[in-house]
Amino acid sequence: MLKALEGSQAIAQTVALCRPQVVAAYPITPQTHIVENIARLVADGSMQCELVSVESEFSAASLVLGAACAGSRTYTASASQGILLMSEVLYNIAGLRVPMVMTCANRAISAPLSIWNDQQDSMAVRDAGWIQLYCADNQEAVDTTIQAYRIAESTELPVMVCVDGFTLTHTLEPIDIPDQAQVDEFLPAFKFKRALDPANPTSIGTLVSPDYYTEARYSHHQALLDSEQAIIAADADWQAICGRSSGGLVSVNGPDNARIGVITLGSIYGTLYEARETYSELPDTRLISLRAYRPFPAAALREICKDLTDLVILERAISLGSGGIVSAEVHSALSSLPESPRIYSYAVGLGGRDIPLDLYRRMHARIRDDKPGGFSILDVDTERLLPEDGGPDQTAITA
Amino acid sequence: MIEVRIHGRGGQGNVVAAYLLATAAFTEGWHAQAFPAFGAERRGAPVVAFVRLNDKPIRRRCQVAEPDFLIIQDEALMHVTGITDGLKASGRILLNSSSDADTFDTDNEHLITMPATRLAQEHLGRPVPNTALLSAFVTLTGLLPRSALSHALEERFSGDILEKNNQLINAAAETIDANLWKDTANA
Repeated sequence: MLKALEGSQAIAQTVALCRPQVVAAYPITPQTHIVENIARLVADGSMQCELVSVESEFSAASLVLGAACAGSRTYTASASQGILLMSEVLYNIAGLRVPMVMTCANRAISAPLSIWNDQQDSMAVRDAGWIQLYCADNQEAVDTTIQAYRIAESTELPVMVCVDGFTLTHTLEPIDIPDQAQVDEFLPAFKFKRALDPANPTSIGTLVSPDYYTEARYSHHQALLDSEQAIIAADADWQAICGRSSGGLVSVNGPDNARIGVITLGSIYGTLYEARETYSELPDTRLISLRAYRPFPAAALREICKDLTDLVILERAISLGSGGIVSAEVHSALSSLPESPRIYSYAVGLGGRDIPLDLYRRMHARIRDDKPGGFSILDVDTERLLPEDGGPDQTAITA
Repeated sequence: MIEVRIHGRGGQGNVVAAYLLATAAFTEGWHAQAFPAFGAERRGAPVVAFVRLNDKPIRRRCQVAEPDFLIIQDEALMHVTGITDGLKASGRILLNSSSDADTFDTDNEHLITMPATRLAQEHLGRPVPNTALLSAFVTLTGLLPRSALSHALEERFSGDILEKNNQLINAAAETIDANLWKDTANA
C-alpha cells in the first residue's frame, strides 16, 4: 500500500523487513534518519536485531564484518567522510567475499566541507570490490534494498545501495512498503556456508603470498562481472512478487528513434524526465539510468547506445585532474562499437547545487557547441571564482 | 501543479510543516512531494522547505523556484533579501505575525498575516507556529479539508500533543476567511 513516507523512513522500514540480525552504524548527515528510524523500530519491539552504537564508521564496518563472518545477516549505512573512514574495511569485506548490504546516503566529500548531495563518496570506493546500485527514486531505494540482500547472499559479494542524500533520503513522497510475507517469500534466511564455526575452526584474512594474490583478485573480479546475472534475476524475481522493476542493470526511457542519449546515475533521472516533457521542442532524447555501476554493464550500454549519434554523461562526481569518472568507462565500453556516438562528459550538481529543469535545455545547447570527447563542469559559475582562479576582479567593485 | 515554499528557522518545525502538508494532500488523493533545503544544522538558522502537489506523479527533484504560495513562519524573515524571489505574479504569502499585513513592505498585495505563534502558545504552550499556519493555508486555499491535516497529524503525533494540535488547527481556521485564495489554488 502506498504511504507518504520520508525516504529514510522507508529505507529503515525496508531494512527491518529484510530481518538483519546485526546492525551497526555511526550517525552522519544525511544518513542519520535511516539509523534513527531503525533504532526506533528496535526500541518499540517491531524489529528484532542486535543494534550496536559504535564510536566511528571504521568500527561500524568492522563490527558488521565480524558479525557477517559469524553468519549473521547484517546492515550498515553511512555517507561522505564516513564512507572514507570505512574504506579500509570496505575493501576487506569485499576481498573476504562476505555478503552484506549497506546504504550510502550520497554526499559530497570535504574539503571544502559540504553536507549536501553528490556522488563523490561512493565513487571514491568504486574499486573496493562491492556491487554498487544507484537508485533513481525512493521506491527504487526500497525495492533495491530488498534485492540487494538476495544479490549479496547469492554471489557472496557485498552490495552498496546508493541513495542520493537529502534529494531522496529527506524527501517525503508516496512509497509502497512491501508486506513482510512478500519479502520473506523473496528472501530466505541467510545461510553463510563459510561462517566461522568453533567446531570447525578456520582462519580468514591471512597473508597471501604472490603465489596466490593474483588468483584471488582474478576470482573476485570474475565474481563481480558474473554478478550481472544475479542483479537481473533479483530484479525480475522481485518484480514477479511486487509488480515493479527497478531497471535491472540499466533502465532506458525514450523513443526508439532518439539519436541523443543521456547517461545518469541516481535521482537526477526524474528531473530530466520532466525536463524532456517541458522542453519537448528539443530533439528526442533517450534517458539511460545506470543502476548497476559495479559491475559496469559495458555490453548492455553498447547495445543501448549503438544507434545514437550523440551521448551525454552527466555525473555528480569528478576525478580531479582528469575529468569524468563514469564517462571514462563509457568511452572505453563504446570504443569497440563500429560507430561510437560522439561523447560529451559533464559534471553537474556538485555539493548539492540544485539541478533545475533548465539544465536539460543548457545541456542540449552545449552539445551543439562543444567538441565531443571533452569534459567540463556544466553548471560552474565563473563569476563566483576567486580572482586568482580566473574570477572577476573584486578591486574594481570595492573601489 | 501547486508549489509551496515554506520559510522558517531551525526549530520552528519547517520541514515537519512541509511533510504534514504533503501527507495531508496524499490522504486526499494528490500526488505529493515534500523536501527541505537545509542550511547550517542548528536552531535559529534560516531553513527552507518545499511542497509540490499534482494530479500526476511528481518526478522532478529540483527546488521550487517559482512558488504559487509562500508560508513564512518568522516575520523577521520578511526583511531577508530574496525571501519572495520567484513568487508568481498571482502568488500569495501567508505570514506568521501579530501585525497587520499593510505594515510589511512588500510588492505582493496578497499577503495575509496571522498570529500563529500566539495561537500555538495558547493551545500548545510552545511557540511552534507550523500547524496553525498549515490550518490557515488549507482554509484559505480550500485545497484540503481540515480533516486531512488532522489525519496527517495523527500519523506523526499521539496523545496530548495530538489533541492540542487538533484544537490549535480548529482555532486557527476560525481566524481566517475560508476560500479567499481558492482562485489561485485552482489556477
